[in-house]
Amino acid sequence: MAGRVEGKVAFITGAARGQGRSHAVRLAQEGADIIAVDIGKQIDSVPMPMATPDDLNETVRQVEELDRRIVATQTDVRDYAGLKRALDDGVAQLGRLDIVAANAGIASFGPAEELSEEAWQDMIDVNLTGVWHTCKAAIPHLKAGGRGGSIILTSSAAGLKGYANVSHYVSAKHGVVGLMRTLAQELAPHMIRVNSIHPTQVDTPMIMNETAFRLFLPDREHPTVEDFAPVSQMMNALPIPWVDPVDISNAVLFLASEEARYITGVPLPVDAGALIK
Amino acid sequence: MGKLDGKVAFVTGAARGQGRSHALRLAEEGADVIAVDLCEQIDTVPYPMATQDDLAETTKQVEELDRRIVAAQADVRDRSALQAAFDQGVAALGGVDIVLGNAGIAPMSPAADPVQAFRDVIDVNLVGVWNTVEVTVPTLVEQGRGGAIVLTSSTAGLKGIGGENAGGLGYTASKHGVVGLMRSYANNLARHRIRVNTVHPTGVNTPMVVNDFMQQWLAEDPTIAGAMTNALPVEILEPVEISNAILWLVSDEARYVTGVTLPVDAGFLVK
Repeated sequence: MAGRVEGKVAFITGAARGQGRSHAVRLAQEGADIIAVDIGKQIDSVPMPMATPDDLNETVRQVEELDRRIVATQTDVRDYAGLKRALDDGVAQLGRLDIVAANAGIASFGPAEELSEEAWQDMIDVNLTGVWHTCKAAIPHLKAGGRGGSIILTSSAAGLKGYANVSHYVSAKHGVVGLMRTLAQELAPHMIRVNSIHPTQVDTPMIMNETAFRLFLPDREHPTVEDFAPVSQMMNALPIPWVDPVDISNAVLFLASEEARYITGVPLPVDAGALIK
Repeated sequence: MGKLDGKVAFVTGAARGQGRSHALRLAEEGADVIAVDLCEQIDTVPYPMATQDDLAETTKQVEELDRRIVAAQADVRDRSALQAAFDQGVAALGGVDIVLGNAGIAPMSPAADPVQAFRDVIDVNLVGVWNTVEVTVPTLVEQGRGGAIVLTSSTAGLKGIGGENAGGLGYTASKHGVVGLMRSYANNLARHRIRVNTVHPTGVNTPMVVNDFMQQWLAEDPTIAGAMTNALPVEILEPVEISNAILWLVSDEARYVTGVTLPVDAGFLVK
């Protein structure tokens, strides 16, 4: 049986691990080739370990195991020229571009008045400007293909609702929704669809670390995953503490596929009901 | 192997249009179907409504897919009749997993009796959806295997369109009301792992939309027609586009999606 994105090429940022790797694998399972990028190094204002070149190599390995092609480059979404080079190179090798998953993102924490200039700026640069860079680099390829396309921007439940102690994250993720709504209009005449997805807590290294747990459990010095689970579950309506990366990937796959060929301009929560609770 | 093998779906308004399309799309993925439809005219609705022959055709098409279907003529406004039809289906098919509150009317034209037109559209599109959920929830909860409910709202459930006539105002109010029902049920039923979402179609190629009365209404007020265009260069969607969104929402791929308003509107709302 043909895959749901058979023969298509997907550009995925932040593809070294977590949701990005899951998107790469899930889309490859359904027949897509992958252009993957990841910064693969630390940003100083980010308090948890970021992905490494080894992580990106592991994504390459997993996609190739599925007999799909992948062009992976270590590059920073903040560096437009570098990002464009990586994408142009991927399209040259794989022949086309159909799907864009702007997934790269960082997390850091603190009350608004205590955030450093650096933490604020890094957040906006990666989680908002990086998403715009991704679209800016991709749109000419999608238009040139003349076959339409699907752009999926990873926002967050925090892109539709405020949360204490992450004002910079909330601001960037809200900004992604504005970008999505505008691009949906600009690109509709080309049959290029643009939607955003809004995960609740996802079981990835960005969340599953002591620093992130402390945001949810400020009174604990060394909160554990066992401490975090019930607090996290309280934020969801469904009786689960978090969702798996594949749950977000299944939403990306749906939006990327022909099953959603007339869905555009939509903010799609995959949040276990966190936003309506 | 289908995405819904072994599941049972309850579909209201299943005789034709989107409801038939949902029944068939879900059956293609392995679901058995409990189908209901009014199969009668409502006086304030100007276009011809579905008939018993239409419901028989849905039955035939589901059976051609080698799925079972229990179809009954029942009015979503009549709680006890709807309950009886549902119970009969559950008894025959062994439970229920998916509930689609799809039955609806769109009496946008000027009405001889505007008060009745408003009441009828609220009764079918809002009270009928409430009845649909209420008759199914005890079974869904008792079974203890979760479930997925999708309520059919409209772009008019998120935006004030539908014109100035009583029926159109009632349509817009009812479709907004469906969102309130969805959000409340999503909260109330989450602990039972029952998910509740809405879909919001733009114009779909069904007898409810493609009829002389709707076209005349659109033609007579150019401000409405101008506001009724999609962002994507597509004039009207086919029912299967809505069915595909519903299929995704009720499948395990959306196992943690609840409380969501999902437009399938070619960018109508974002424009």
